[in-house]
Formats: sequence, C-alpha cells, structure tokens
Amino acid sequence: MPMAEAIDRFVPDGSTVALGTALEALIPFGAGHELIRQGRRDLELVGPISDSLFDQLIGAGCVRRITAAWVGNVSEGLGHCYRRAAEQGVPRPIDVYDHTNFSISMALWAAAWNVPYLPTRTLLGSDILGTNPNLRVVDGLVHVSAVQPDVAIVHVQRADAAGRAHAWGPLGVTEEAGLAARRVIVTCEELVDESVTLSDPNRILFPETKVAAVVPEPGGAHPSPVQGYFKRDHAFHREYAEMSRTREGFEAWLRRWVLDVADRDGYLKLVDVEPLRIKEHRRSVPADYGYE
Amino acid sequence: MSEEPYTDEELMVAVASREIHDGDIVFVGMRLPILAYAVARSTHAPAALGLFEVGLMRDQAASAYLGTMGDPPNVAGALWATRMSNVMALMAQGHVDLGFIGGAEVDRFGNLNTSYVGPPDRPTVKLPGSGGGADIAILSRRWVTLMSHEKRRLVDRVSFVTSPGHGDGSAGWRRRHGLLGGGPSAIITTLCVFRFPEGGGEAYLESVHPGHTVDEVRAATGWEMKAAHDVPMTPSPTQAELSEIRRRSAGA
Repeated sequence: MPMAEAIDRFVPDGSTVALGTALEALIPFGAGHELIRQGRRDLELVGPISDSLFDQLIGAGCVRRITAAWVGNVSEGLGHCYRRAAEQGVPRPIDVYDHTNFSISMALWAAAWNVPYLPTRTLLGSDILGTNPNLRVVDGLVHVSAVQPDVAIVHVQRADAAGRAHAWGPLGVTEEAGLAARRVIVTCEELVDESVTLSDPNRILFPETKVAAVVPEPGGAHPSPVQGYFKRDHAFHREYAEMSRTREGFEAWLRRWVLDVADRDGYLKLVDVEPLRIKEHRRSVPADYGYE
Repeated sequence: MSEEPYTDEELMVAVASREIHDGDIVFVGMRLPILAYAVARSTHAPAALGLFEVGLMRDQAASAYLGTMGDPPNVAGALWATRMSNVMALMAQGHVDLGFIGGAEVDRFGNLNTSYVGPPDRPTVKLPGSGGGADIAILSRRWVTLMSHEKRRLVDRVSFVTSPGHGDGSAGWRRRHGLLGGGPSAIITTLCVFRFPEGGGEAYLESVHPGHTVDEVRAATGWEMKAAHDVPMTPSPTQAELSEIRRRSAGA
C-alpha cells in the first residue's frame, strides 16, 4: 500500500502513535514526514527515544502529548522544537508524560497483556513520578499504567505482503509496541515473497493479524541506520540540529525536506544516500527448521 | 606515568576506565564511557562485558565510529541482540555492576537532572529527559557520571531529580525508598574526581587533576565541598591508556 494511503486510512487526527520503537535505528522517518504532509493534528506520540523524529512532528504542530523517555537529537543533544513547545507553547503547547526507557516498555507490555498496570522498582526516588499521572507508588512499587497505541509504525529490513515483518539488530520496544497497538503499519526496505519470511518464523515480529498495512519504502528510515542496508547519516542530524535552532530555520528545513517534496522518492532525490549504503555484508547462518 | 601531553577528555576517559572492575557487567552509554570501556578491556578488565539499553551485549568495543549505540558497527559482533526489556531484566535482578550516566546538572548528593530547568509546567529549559538514566541510577549496583566542571552544572541541590543519587544525603536514604542499587560512587569532572562514601551521603573531593588546584575546584563547585587537607593528584593517563584512547578515537 502506498505510504499516503496507509497514513490517510490508519492514522486519523487524535491518534496515539508509537514510533521509533527500536531507538536509534529503524526509525520510520518516511511515515513521520507523511503525517506532517497530511497535516495530522492532536497526536500522542509514544516511544522510548525517537532521535529527531518526535522533534520534527512537534515542530510541525502535529502533537498534543508526548509519552516518552527522551526527546532530542541523539548525536547532537537538545531537541529545539521540543524546547519551544514545552517552554513557550510554540507552535502549540504540548503535554509531557515523562517515562524512562524501562517504564515505557512496561507500559506497552501492560497494554499488550491487557492489564491496567505493571509494577516495577524503577522510578523510585525520581521526581518523574510527580509529573506523570500514569505512574503511581503503591506499597513500595511503582505501578506503570498501560499505554495502548492506536497504531505502531515500524520500519524493518523486509516484509511480505501479508504483513510478516523481519527485523534484526536490537529491537528496543518494537515487539511490545506492536502487540499493544490496535494495529501496525510496517514500512520496509524490501517487499519479499512469503517464502522468505516463512523460512524463518522466529524472526517475524508480530502476528500478521495486527498488521494493517505494508508499505515498501526503501530508504524510509533515513537518516537513521538500517542494519545491513544503511549507515546513520550523522551529518544530516547535525544539519537538522543547526537549522532547527530557530523557528524560522526549522520552517525552512521542513519546507525543503518534507512539505515541498511529494513523497519519499522525492526526498531521496535531494540526498545522496549512496555513501551511506552498507556494501560489506555479514549474513547469518540459516536456521534449520527441519522436522522429519 | 606518561610524560606525553593529553587532553581533559583523555584524562576523564582514563579515570573512568579505572572505575570498571574486571568481570563487571557495565551499562556503557555513549561517547566517553564507550572509550573508557574499550580502555578497561584492553588494560585491567579484559573480562568486562558491555550492555546497551537498545538491546545489545558486547565483549569488545565496536570496530568503527559510533554516533549512537544503535549504529550498525555496534550490532556486528554483538554477543546478544535482543529487546530492551531483556537487558532491563538483567539490571532489575542486580546483575549490572556499573553504569555510566550523563547529565546537565548534578548535586552534592549525586542526584542528576536531565529533565527540567525551572518549574516542570513552565520550564525555562526543557531537557531531553531520562532515557535509561533513571533506570541505571535506581537499579545498577553502582554508577558514575562524567561532567564538564562548571558551577551551573555542579549545584547544591538539583531542582528536579530525574536520576536519584543519594537523595537528601541522609544515611540509608536509598534503602528506605526502595532503590535497589548502591547509587553513585563517583563524579568525574574536567577538574577532579568526587567520591561518595560507602552507603551514601555527600560527595567529597578525592583527587584533583594534574595542573589544577583545590581552590580552583572549590570556586567552580556550587556547594561547600568537603576536602581533606591534603588532596592527592589524580594519576595521569598511562601510556597504555592513552594509546588505546587514541587508537579508538582515530576515525571519530
């Protein structure tokens, strides 16, 4: 399904959206930019960290609430749009529900297991407890309330048309986000035949029944890395950090990279990803699923 | 002792590497702690293991430059690539010996602020947040923070505790509040090393880096710091430490 159709059909205004679930890698920037182009409003973004994608969505005015452990630019530091929104309400005020990496994982597992909360020892003694109404201390443990995304958007190395997605490398909170969400949008480097995905069912991330759309989107994670496909584009992150320092700079950045391009193909005409393409491959040994 | 000149950062990395004991499981983090881990592995702690919250375990530093812990060179050659909740499980069980945490502000009791400057509902600066910092601060057996030594960063009390250290500094504060791990053991700055007493409390000046003085440290520290009459000098980086740092930094 084309990206524009997937976002139009499955991510209405007001949605709770999990993004950036593998932390610094496999971030679905292409999907995020389509949310911006379609003018989505009042989103609640859920994730551990998001590198600069949350910052971009906040700056574009798409967001009403952040439920996350960290929002910024991993290699460059502060998120300037996040700062403007939280400090000055620009372009619009946002609610911030702070988490830690561990507690956002637990909030998603709680939703995945259909329980109201999960107890943990993390967060004890932290002032974060006072800023997030979804965290409560009960009998010496922190109860982390379930967070159910309406949709989780994930980028993976390969998927088949039925929604069976293969990703490798560290997974962060990807599995719990997909299980917790009402539906999943998978964007992928390669759309493959099911003979590929079904040859290794252990590597399939989610039950196919959760997956509402599969979007072939090579380069859809740029500037974040994709193991075996693309390195991280550090210079691009640096340029974004510099441009987004002012509201005007951010708006110029947004026009150039998001609003004035029609889709990911248009974006990829503006940036040379060839130097980022991984050329030396390290393939794993296939698993033997023999049974007789 | 090396006679070679070295930078503030090289000294901080060497000092941080000495916090890693052989056989430790270390929550590594990024930048200087990654270098410290590489130095420790190549010198006194060949059996130390590195854990990354993204969902990785390694037994050696990556062989190419990392902008983030999720970069492809950090995955190639990993001992374990998994989900975040699995590495958090190890930490929740008390199996992580040492963590490194960065911060914008630290106070005399080792509490870190990476969330808000000013009131949370109307901050003057919205900082990025905890990430995994609070998890490491609460659950790892001990932890260390590295910081540029500036008066605005080393404050009497942080206005917001993202990652708890020794709380209000009273004896047994962490145990009374149910925190699993032992808390911060040291603050390594560009000027000195602060150490915390076993069992918590207030940081004291353990050593001053070569070329700096106690008075200079006192002037750049936001609390009335405790220091012995005769504070030793931080040992300079050894030749082995420096060569490993430089080998690892090349190409960065």
